[in-house]
Amino acid sequence: MSWDWQVFCQDTITQEVGASCFGKGGEITYLDWLLSAWGWTVSVSLLSLAIALVVGAIIGTLRTLPNSPWAVRLGNAWVEYFRNIPLLVHIFLWYHVIPTLVPAMKSLPGFVLVVFALGFFTSARIAEQVRSGVLALPRGQRYAGMAMGFTTFQTYRYVLLPMAFRIIIPPLTSETMNIFKNSSVAFAVSVAELTMFAMQAQEETARGVEVYLAVTGLYVVSAFAINRIMAWVEKSVRVPGLIAAGGGGH
Amino acid sequence: MKKQLLALAITTLAATGALAQANDTLAKIKSTGAITLGVRESSGLGYTLGNGKYVGFHTEMAERIAGDVEKQLGLSKLDVKYQPVTSQNRIPLVTNGTVDLECGSTTNNMARQKEVAFAYTTYVEEVRIAVNAKSGITGIKDLNGKTIVTTTGTTSVQTLRKNKRADGLTFKEVMGKDHADSFLMLETGRADAFIMDGSILAANISKSKTPSDFKVVGEVLSVEPIACMLRKDDPAFKKAVDDSIVRQIKDGSLAKLYDRWFMQPIPPANVKVGLPLSAATKEAWEHPNDKPMESYEVK
Repeated sequence: MSWDWQVFCQDTITQEVGASCFGKGGEITYLDWLLSAWGWTVSVSLLSLAIALVVGAIIGTLRTLPNSPWAVRLGNAWVEYFRNIPLLVHIFLWYHVIPTLVPAMKSLPGFVLVVFALGFFTSARIAEQVRSGVLALPRGQRYAGMAMGFTTFQTYRYVLLPMAFRIIIPPLTSETMNIFKNSSVAFAVSVAELTMFAMQAQEETARGVEVYLAVTGLYVVSAFAINRIMAWVEKSVRVPGLIAAGGGGH
Repeated sequence: MKKQLLALAITTLAATGALAQANDTLAKIKSTGAITLGVRESSGLGYTLGNGKYVGFHTEMAERIAGDVEKQLGLSKLDVKYQPVTSQNRIPLVTNGTVDLECGSTTNNMARQKEVAFAYTTYVEEVRIAVNAKSGITGIKDLNGKTIVTTTGTTSVQTLRKNKRADGLTFKEVMGKDHADSFLMLETGRADAFIMDGSILAANISKSKTPSDFKVVGEVLSVEPIACMLRKDDPAFKKAVDDSIVRQIKDGSLAKLYDRWFMQPIPPANVKVGLPLSAATKEAWEHPNDKPMESYEVK
């Protein structure tokens, strides 16, 4: 097996290796294309993550509300709907099926639809984590909020959620990393992200090994960057003496 | 644990060493009594009917090549094994010895010739434009400002890019993850045109709900010689394959095979593809050669 990393300096039209590995004057090299594909992967992932965190936190909280059976049912329905259908099928539902039912969505680009599909899919998983975080708290926490005269909103805002979120940071880290990996399904609806780049560039250059190694590296870098950010968050919000701080113990 | 690792390393080394030396495919076929054909699961020239059954113009031609190899080697029985391949794994599977002969829809080009050898060209693919019959698009010049779909992992994407630059067109490019997906985008109006190999366009249109809604229009955007792929530096095996192809051209059996897979109703749906033999393919049969795509010109 011989390596040929020059392949990234090739022009995508003429297949010639230029002086610099970045194209000039409208020329595009495989390296330019790789970086733009990485940009798409990161954009899809971060936007989906934002949706997933917001929606997941709301749905997860709804599911733990006392005395609001309909809110709980709504939350449960959301989670079961998104968790029982494979991600790829969601993407197709959003891209091909929903726009035929709602014509106004026809003009939406694939990118937007993928962000929603991936964001909602992940929100179901985050909602489940938020719910388990809240339920893991001792019942006394909620009573303490009530004894203070807090409303339900205030009890969640000041007592329950701050603790629940600290508990679920480790599984949340996995979820944020998953979003980067799951973003690869976006290629199925024509978003020019890393997986699509890999499929196309290896076909054009016949240097599949180099192309896939580069793409693998970028996925690792992106997912691990999120991992480090989450580790930093986990460390900086840690409350001494609270749950699992430095070796556990309530 | 360490011993196991060492043993594993040694076996791997031995295995790769053996493969590196086994550049005599005919000897390998003779000693094992088997040939492995690389086949496609869904392409215009070869596809599967399920249950491990592979059919199609190129698949059947490969079976006949295997038959000729069997005769040449004087074997009483040759076991033909099928290995489905994809655009991503076909070259590695040929070079590492998993597949002896890959007859699918592989374009013979310079980049690939660095890694593998090609038999004589048996089919010349023409890249064309499929549109909705009512769209009024008649050629590439009408595509300005339109949305065009091609399939990821195909050479048509490059063709499109070259035409875009040459004709100064501006259009939106989307990519389906496979041909069925690309065609769905044309069907649902997400794309105005689907640019792909003529045989794939014809096959997708013939299989659609209402074939009369779609038509193939305009000029030929690129011509690509399609050939069977085999390992490099194995002249004896290449000669055996080429001889078989010449035999099939000379006695007219290849033309009959073409008629059967492109002009007659074919399984599974018993629909005709309806793609007459092109002048370019006829020319390749009249003058058997293994020239790469780069030496062809669009006429």
